[in-house]
Amino acid sequence: MSELTKLNLVETRKLISEKKVAEKEVVAEYSKRIAEIDPKIGSFLFVADNPTSENSGGKLGGIPIAHKDVFDTAGMPTTAASRILENYRPPFDATAVAKLKSAGAVNLGKLNTDEFTMGASTETSAFGKTRNPWNLERVPGGSSGGSAAAVAADLCVFATATDTGGSIRQPSSFCGVTGLKPTYGRISRSGVISMASSLDTIGVISKTVEDAAIALEILAGRDLLDATSGNASVEKYSENLRTDLRNLKIGIPREYFVEGLDAGVEKVVRAGIDELKKLGAELVEISLPHTEFAVPTYYLVASSEISANMARFDGVRFGPTVANSEVENLVEMYFENRTRGFGDEVKRRIMLGTFALSAGYSEKFYKKALQVRTLIKKDFDDAFAEIDLIAAPVAPTTAFRIGEKIDDPVQMYLADIFTAPASLAGAPAISVPAGFSEKLPVGLQLIAPQFAESKLLAAAHAFQNATDHHLQKPALN
Amino acid sequence: MQITKDLVEKIAKLARIRLAENEVEKFTEQLGAIVGFVEKLNSVDTSGVAETNQITGLENILRADEVAEFPEMKKLVECSNHPIENGQIKIKKSI
Repeated sequence: MSELTKLNLVETRKLISEKKVAEKEVVAEYSKRIAEIDPKIGSFLFVADNPTSENSGGKLGGIPIAHKDVFDTAGMPTTAASRILENYRPPFDATAVAKLKSAGAVNLGKLNTDEFTMGASTETSAFGKTRNPWNLERVPGGSSGGSAAAVAADLCVFATATDTGGSIRQPSSFCGVTGLKPTYGRISRSGVISMASSLDTIGVISKTVEDAAIALEILAGRDLLDATSGNASVEKYSENLRTDLRNLKIGIPREYFVEGLDAGVEKVVRAGIDELKKLGAELVEISLPHTEFAVPTYYLVASSEISANMARFDGVRFGPTVANSEVENLVEMYFENRTRGFGDEVKRRIMLGTFALSAGYSEKFYKKALQVRTLIKKDFDDAFAEIDLIAAPVAPTTAFRIGEKIDDPVQMYLADIFTAPASLAGAPAISVPAGFSEKLPVGLQLIAPQFAESKLLAAAHAFQNATDHHLQKPALN
Repeated sequence: MQITKDLVEKIAKLARIRLAENEVEKFTEQLGAIVGFVEKLNSVDTSGVAETNQITGLENILRADEVAEFPEMKKLVECSNHPIENGQIKIKKSI
């Protein structure tokens, strides 16, 4: 059954539960497809030898998935796409990995990402580029480019991913798949390699909204191993999905339709918003006045936290350690390991963060950014007092060419212009396929108040139910 | 503000990263552009605005102060490429 890999989670589970196909057959089909197709895409950094389910018959029994390579997977390489973790095999699973495993999901392997998730194109990976399945000369977006490309190319049913400033939503938009970034703390970060701890959010990239809802039900919840995980009760997201948007007020922020937004992208997003109206939503123009400050705020907050989080990579506990005979003393060893182990983007952000936190500059840069973050959060609070959801573009462009922005950090950072605000506000958001511009996918972003994932997923599902953009597949064979 | 080569060298040293001469130039230029870009925040009036550190409003998440054995401790220590002695990683003298 060569069509098996085209199916989504719900369809695949149905075939398995009706015994029309065995779990093993599903896994075998995906393994075969990875061997055939992934050499063109480069989404996997590691492919598991003999993937099997540890809970055959579970809610995700036999469902082939893959993890972004920042999720700790017991006994399997976990590199964060960095030389400094090249040989790291964690002895334990991240909470998210363990939960999916208990539900029966089969881990096919580990997916490429920008190094330590720092990037918007997956080009900063130390272990090779990932290509966009819709156009192999283009980036898949990032940092979860491996996850988005793998789902778009039908190399797994869904994939885990992380989003700090847009790293789930932007690659999902670029690759024409569904990308859910839940509320900050909705899914435990325990066992996921940190980039910026006050922003890092765990989520999924899937073929449909309903699939994302099912995965979120399994993944969400308080975890004693993550003190920042949220207490809000986990809802039956997949049972709260809707097919209309009556009695829903959706805000359209005027600051998201500005110069720099590609005309082709704007056309698709506007058409998507019209579709929301047809489904019964009341559209309201709103203002999120501090939007233009989100990217600078984000890069200061994130880089400061990065400089602290990256301090643990000193070559002592992990990494391609230089031989003791090569260095004079401990500090020398730190210098050698970090200089050899980190790529340019990681070094750039560590240095920006070190600068922003250093004596004489921390008031002017770091503290200022924390204050502006408060104002950005307030923008959302004020808006959500009047409306239920926000609809907006995900990214200002479609997938750009490989190499186009890699030498211009500020241009690369501006890829986050429409995704960083919700990250700073801790708000859940989703990217759903909304159409194409010049044969490249464009996503529509919906944003909800913190912990209102039910409302977010219900509306996104209604949109997907009424459209067929998510059913389009790239020609890869 | 002006990002100078001296400042970049100082920051790199604090961050325990060694830079070659051409890298100092490259990062001076790039960090200068980034700092110029983030200085946009100076135009925002933040007088009297509180700082946000935890975005969902959690405070003082405490747990019982009890010893818990970590079953994978041995394997975790073995992730190091340095010699292991008595469950500890042996490193070079610090100075």
